[in-house]
Amino acid sequence: MTPKNFLKKTPTGIEGLDEVTNGGLPTGRTTLVCGSAGSGKTVLGMEFLVHGIVEYGEPGVFMAFEETEKDLSQNVASFGYDLEKLQEEGKLAIDYVFIERSEIEETGEYDLEGLFIRLGCAVDAIGAKRVVLDTIEVLFAGLKNQQIIRAELRRLFRWLKDRGLTAILTGERGEGQLTRYGLEEYVADCVILLDHRVTEQLSTRRLRIVKYRGSLHGTDEYPFLMGEDGISVLPITSVGLNHTAPSERISSGVADLDKMVGGKGFFRGSSILVSGTAGTGKTSLALYFLKAACERGERALYFGFEESRDQVVRNMSSIGLNLKPWLDKGILHFHNVRPSSLGLEAHLASMHQIIKRVNPKVVVVDPITNLIAGSDRSGVKSMLTRLVDYLKMKQITAMFTHLSTTGRQLESTDENVSSIMDSWMLLRDVEHEGNRSCALYVLKSRGMAHSHEMRQFLLTDNGIQLGENFADEQETDRARRKKHTARKGASSAKGAR
Amino acid sequence: MAGQSGEPPQAQEHGQPERWLLKLYVAGQTPKSVAAFSNLHKICEKHLKGLYQIEVVDLLVNPKLAKGDQIIAVPTLVRQLPAPIKKIIGDLADEERVLVGIDVRLAPSHTETK
Repeated sequence: MTPKNFLKKTPTGIEGLDEVTNGGLPTGRTTLVCGSAGSGKTVLGMEFLVHGIVEYGEPGVFMAFEETEKDLSQNVASFGYDLEKLQEEGKLAIDYVFIERSEIEETGEYDLEGLFIRLGCAVDAIGAKRVVLDTIEVLFAGLKNQQIIRAELRRLFRWLKDRGLTAILTGERGEGQLTRYGLEEYVADCVILLDHRVTEQLSTRRLRIVKYRGSLHGTDEYPFLMGEDGISVLPITSVGLNHTAPSERISSGVADLDKMVGGKGFFRGSSILVSGTAGTGKTSLALYFLKAACERGERALYFGFEESRDQVVRNMSSIGLNLKPWLDKGILHFHNVRPSSLGLEAHLASMHQIIKRVNPKVVVVDPITNLIAGSDRSGVKSMLTRLVDYLKMKQITAMFTHLSTTGRQLESTDENVSSIMDSWMLLRDVEHEGNRSCALYVLKSRGMAHSHEMRQFLLTDNGIQLGENFADEQETDRARRKKHTARKGASSAKGAR
Repeated sequence: MAGQSGEPPQAQEHGQPERWLLKLYVAGQTPKSVAAFSNLHKICEKHLKGLYQIEVVDLLVNPKLAKGDQIIAVPTLVRQLPAPIKKIIGDLADEERVLVGIDVRLAPSHTETK
């Protein structure tokens, strides 16, 4: 995306934020970042500086009014930033400003030249291009003369502008206005609002560009994540329906299934949905799909929301699937978390982050149902669409499993996610000659001829096998009846082994 | 910390501590800094004669000192001695507040000042 405006921008280096702001923060101006306590203001500010130093060679000054240098270093160490090293290298300066109202007596006129001198001193010492003031509002609490503070703040912003410094100013969220002391009055160029909401015990962080003078910017609320790698904003508008569609086909890992979809498997970059009731072998199918990718030498990523990594590996070995060598080689990656550990949006943001890091060719999400369950339902489909779009844009083939609830129409998904999927396979229980067995059929597969057969789905010691066309006269499901009556018993001969 | 500014300082028979070290932080020769120095000088001569020492720190000359002594406003008066450290910001025009701020115990004859 090329901005059509003339405003120069300074990239923050924060994943997604530069896309949302169409290139970064306004260069040589001050941006206000406001939000309630714990919304990530300080981390955002610090990331702006650290990325500036590491990626763009721009030294930065952090003026902290709330945390000491030591606290700051410790707090951001969890994101992998070594502030002390950057300070030693002369690229980062941290100045902790301590103001305690009870220790300061005021009499007569004064100004905040001391603050300017300190800031100027730090900026000059390292040749800073970026400045963060976190949180300057402390001045209002620490000093009595509000008129002086306001006048001096105006002077400070002019001073920053005159020196061409790109600055972030953080402010505490206020009642009825963006910040408690109305800092938005002074900063007119760019205002970013951070929000931390908890719904149904799950927290979701959101970011919104309230204002960006002279620039295009996204106006939505974007979920963001504060993960191991720092902040990552999930830009939603950055993907759409303009991804390319490769005609290359890749194997599903089950030869019989490949035959059912035109004999060649699925399109690369397509999304495949596997839905089915509990215990029908969705995970097994998904992992064979991953194994096939590993055998082709493609990196594969598995998001598991039900079982731990070790448990999956153990269980798969019982059907002749040894995943360990691929894991050891670093071709196969597992990421197993409980869905309740994060909100849906945060999960998706974290998945983006992991996908970006692992850079896989094939991804499995097992199952998406758990993600849906853990969130309010309104945004689920759009969030999943974003994930699917993102994967398509990167030409990653993705398989999603979906647990169908019994008693419901099987050929439906909770949030109608099937419409955004290219291929859809259904696994279901059938009673057959007094036994419970499992059937697989392909409901849809865009852009290819696919079989309409219902095949017996067998998990054997040697992996997944599909039986002959499956039939069961006891089956009364309407969808089943649409299919032609199959040859009775043919499957049991071949399938039972 | 200690030194509630609202409370009147208590007069003691033993009078003032022996030595007062006062640092006045300014940024150049501004009207405010000149006023602060002359106000301070006047107050000290009146109440702490022979006991005090004023050190003027010009932050334009030594900008690094602003960080070390946690100076944000100028002029700032810091009572270095006796401990604990106390700070007053402003041009020190209000004698009473200055005395309270740096905790000078007034001799009985001076209580009616101003």
